[in-house]
Amino acid sequence: MPEELKIRVNEQLHSVTADPHTPLLYVLMNELELQGPRFGCGLAQCGSCSVLLNGSEIRSCVTPVSAVVGKSVTTLEGLPAWYAKQNKLTNAPALHPVQQAMIDEQAVQCGYCFNGMIMQAAELLSKTAQPSESQIRSAMNGHLCRCGSYPRVIHAIQRASHLMSAELENPSNEGTRQTPPAEVS
Amino acid sequence: MSGMSAASLLPRRNFLKAGGALLIGFSVRGVPANTLDAQGAGASLARGAAGAPDPKQIDTWLAIHADNTATVYIGYVELGQGSTTSLLQVSAEELDLDMSQVRTVRLDTNITPNQGGTYSSSSIARGSPAIRSAAAEARQALLEMASKKLGAPIERLLVSRGVVTVGGMGGESQSVSYGELIGDKSFHLAFTGKAPVKPVSEYKLVGTRPPRNDIPEKTSGQYVYLQHVRLPGMWHGRIVRPRGQTAYSSGARVASLDEQSIAHIPGARVLRKGDFVGVLAEREWDAVRAARDLKISWDIPAVLPSSDHLHEAMRAETTSDRVVLERGDVDDALKGAAHVAAGQYRAPYQAHAPFGPNAALADAKPDSALVICSTQDVYATRNTLAGILGLPAEKVRVQYYEGSGTYGHSCYDDAAQAAAILSQLAGKPVRLQFMRWDEHGWDLYGPAHIGEVRAAADLNDKIIAYQYDGWQHNWSAVETSAQLAIGTKPAEWRDGAAQMVNPADCGGMYDIPNVRLINHHVPGMNYLRGAWLRSPLDLSFSFASEQTIDELARQAGRDAYEFRKRNITNDRWMGVLEAVAKASRWNQTPRPPASRLSEGKMVAGRGIGLGTHLTSYGGAVAEIEVNKETGKVRVKRMYGAIDAGLAVNPAFIENQISGQLVQAASRMLLEEVTFSKTNVTSLDWNSYPILRFEECPEVVPIVVQRLDQKSTGAGEEVMAAAAGALACAFFDATGVHMREFPMTPNRVLAALKHA
Repeated sequence: MPEELKIRVNEQLHSVTADPHTPLLYVLMNELELQGPRFGCGLAQCGSCSVLLNGSEIRSCVTPVSAVVGKSVTTLEGLPAWYAKQNKLTNAPALHPVQQAMIDEQAVQCGYCFNGMIMQAAELLSKTAQPSESQIRSAMNGHLCRCGSYPRVIHAIQRASHLMSAELENPSNEGTRQTPPAEVS
Repeated sequence: MSGMSAASLLPRRNFLKAGGALLIGFSVRGVPANTLDAQGAGASLARGAAGAPDPKQIDTWLAIHADNTATVYIGYVELGQGSTTSLLQVSAEELDLDMSQVRTVRLDTNITPNQGGTYSSSSIARGSPAIRSAAAEARQALLEMASKKLGAPIERLLVSRGVVTVGGMGGESQSVSYGELIGDKSFHLAFTGKAPVKPVSEYKLVGTRPPRNDIPEKTSGQYVYLQHVRLPGMWHGRIVRPRGQTAYSSGARVASLDEQSIAHIPGARVLRKGDFVGVLAEREWDAVRAARDLKISWDIPAVLPSSDHLHEAMRAETTSDRVVLERGDVDDALKGAAHVAAGQYRAPYQAHAPFGPNAALADAKPDSALVICSTQDVYATRNTLAGILGLPAEKVRVQYYEGSGTYGHSCYDDAAQAAAILSQLAGKPVRLQFMRWDEHGWDLYGPAHIGEVRAAADLNDKIIAYQYDGWQHNWSAVETSAQLAIGTKPAEWRDGAAQMVNPADCGGMYDIPNVRLINHHVPGMNYLRGAWLRSPLDLSFSFASEQTIDELARQAGRDAYEFRKRNITNDRWMGVLEAVAKASRWNQTPRPPASRLSEGKMVAGRGIGLGTHLTSYGGAVAEIEVNKETGKVRVKRMYGAIDAGLAVNPAFIENQISGQLVQAASRMLLEEVTFSKTNVTSLDWNSYPILRFEECPEVVPIVVQRLDQKSTGAGEEVMAAAAGALACAFFDATGVHMREFPMTPNRVLAALKHA
């Protein structure tokens, strides 16, 4: 039976009415009208539906909406702001460095899998700033691409890693680092 | 997000908050769709009216706006290959605009011209001449207007970024822009195709590498895929079918259906027409649950051969045979030849498996219908839908939104038909999406194949005889929805290119005096549904053919590359062969000819292969490792080269080559549709695995630019070459020919054991 649930998505609290067993994906797509997470398999096999839950990638197609109450969901749409918060930048950039690197590498073909590719890569770089190629392959291995964009995605993640270390060491363009360090609530 | 009345079908969706733009009919996720203004067509152009636009009018092909930009109407769909940007490059080139000044619109049977379907990687080859010619004719008309306005003869006019100036002697002070000349007004000009186009030597944009125009939005999440589109008042639909398709002839018969079994899902409904069954619900998850929970049983005859006995069954069929090519006397040349190679090679059914299952939206009314889908051919889909809905074709409007990559004829038409049938039954707009098992299970697969090859070389290492016999069934002409709902009798396509033994792949790159190619058409009714899958049959041909060439090279004691060079005179085939040999430093790393099994557990090998689809020239080198204990093949590196004539945007072709190499590795190592005597059993990414990051080779794409040649396809041709290269690399590593793909560990171990 539908219930009213409060879920935090991209730093906003939303009140939604849904059966608590409804997979989070359907709530994000149809109630919150987000376009990042999308249906690919409904089986947690492919990664189309990936979102971050408290900063870790999960498959929203098999996660009941009730399981994210009290936690923080970030979708592709909220990724630049999440990145800014993670790195204590006062202004969110237009794009997360991974997104920018995907454009710079022209990595996309059909692009349907890129929601998951970008979310997973963002999680990886938030935890391992300079991953080796084999760390990248291993972290990304649960994300499938039917077009065969893997080689360019790997290059893009490497590029983003360089971009981020440069940007975070020398904050000039996109966002400014807050000093002294302060938690953004 | 205001609440709506209880009668509202879609609570909490406010369709009127569509960015304040003009709404006609419906909105799409805040993006106004296909309104006149949103289409950029200009209010004075009568677009969006019923019926296809007239291809004999310049206004059908492009419009110039007051802000000095242009909208180009393209009849080819974007499938993630970048062809839309390439075709805009061609238009901008002829109009002397830059890339920021051109855009296009989505395909729509009421708006965009009918250029035929987006098949055979032909967007540039078949699409660009008309678009180039229309742009040149529009430019000529604009220059005539400018000449009058500026009082200068056309010969003195120069154009840059859509601004016309008078050249020489201080004339630059006089100028007028395209926008000032015609901004948003119609040309009212017949399209004659007679205006001269730019010579290649004057190209500024064509041949360069502007970035794709769809990538920024695809990266930010703003890109509207078909799967994002919503209609006001729509219900969510799902199809209900047996898990995994049955034989094409048998369809599926409903034996029993218990509508009460979904009574626990409020508002969910079962709809049925013949043996077509679907469910509808206001909320998507309820539709998914209803499809899952509905109690239904099916009568399914056990007439499939099963994937374990597929090739024996195909080979035993009474086939209709056709000599595709006969030259010289193969039998005579084979007699007493110095080197003879022969073998049978087998290929599986493979799935399109688009990453996001196909979806469609339909609003079928008593006198008209709107269907939004991801078809490769909006006009052909419209005609079929009209028949199913019982409406005249001009009363059906089909709009294209890009879905996920389709790689040929996946379930997009089936989904469009299913949505239309459900909408007509329900009298409501319907959004339908296939589930993963629907898409994997009811695909029109790339048909399985058997190739038997016999070839011979003489003492001078010249190939003197070549025979290829190929067995496969043709494509399926009827979609499952129509078959189940209205009993349309299943039928196969008639023989045609891409369904038959292909002379370009089967020895066509080599100079062989005696050739016989025979096609054996297997009757397809008691097999799986089939259709074109990226590079149709070409991987199968090259797998068989290129291994045969390697076997001749081995017998002759020649290096695989050197042997091929000796047998090629066509400079375009030679060009791609040399390009991949050079990139892979083939000659700098000599190896003995493949001959015997190495003693080690891990053996390395490399292979070179040639292949194509129908046009263009593909070459590839693959470097692999084989673990002889586990049977696991690991592809380390692949090189792929294409000569597709004039490459409008070499960067996009490089991206296509990269994708083809990876997809070819996936198909050669992993991909195989499995089925029992009743149903397909490979229904998801676990039972139908594809290549993953950890298995992905490094890839090196090479575009052989040929400014003096017509543009030809570039979306599939390297796959065939890559399939051959991978098989030959296995032979190089192990001394054993793989007779069947995918080259899974079990097959590899069996092949090594019997060697």
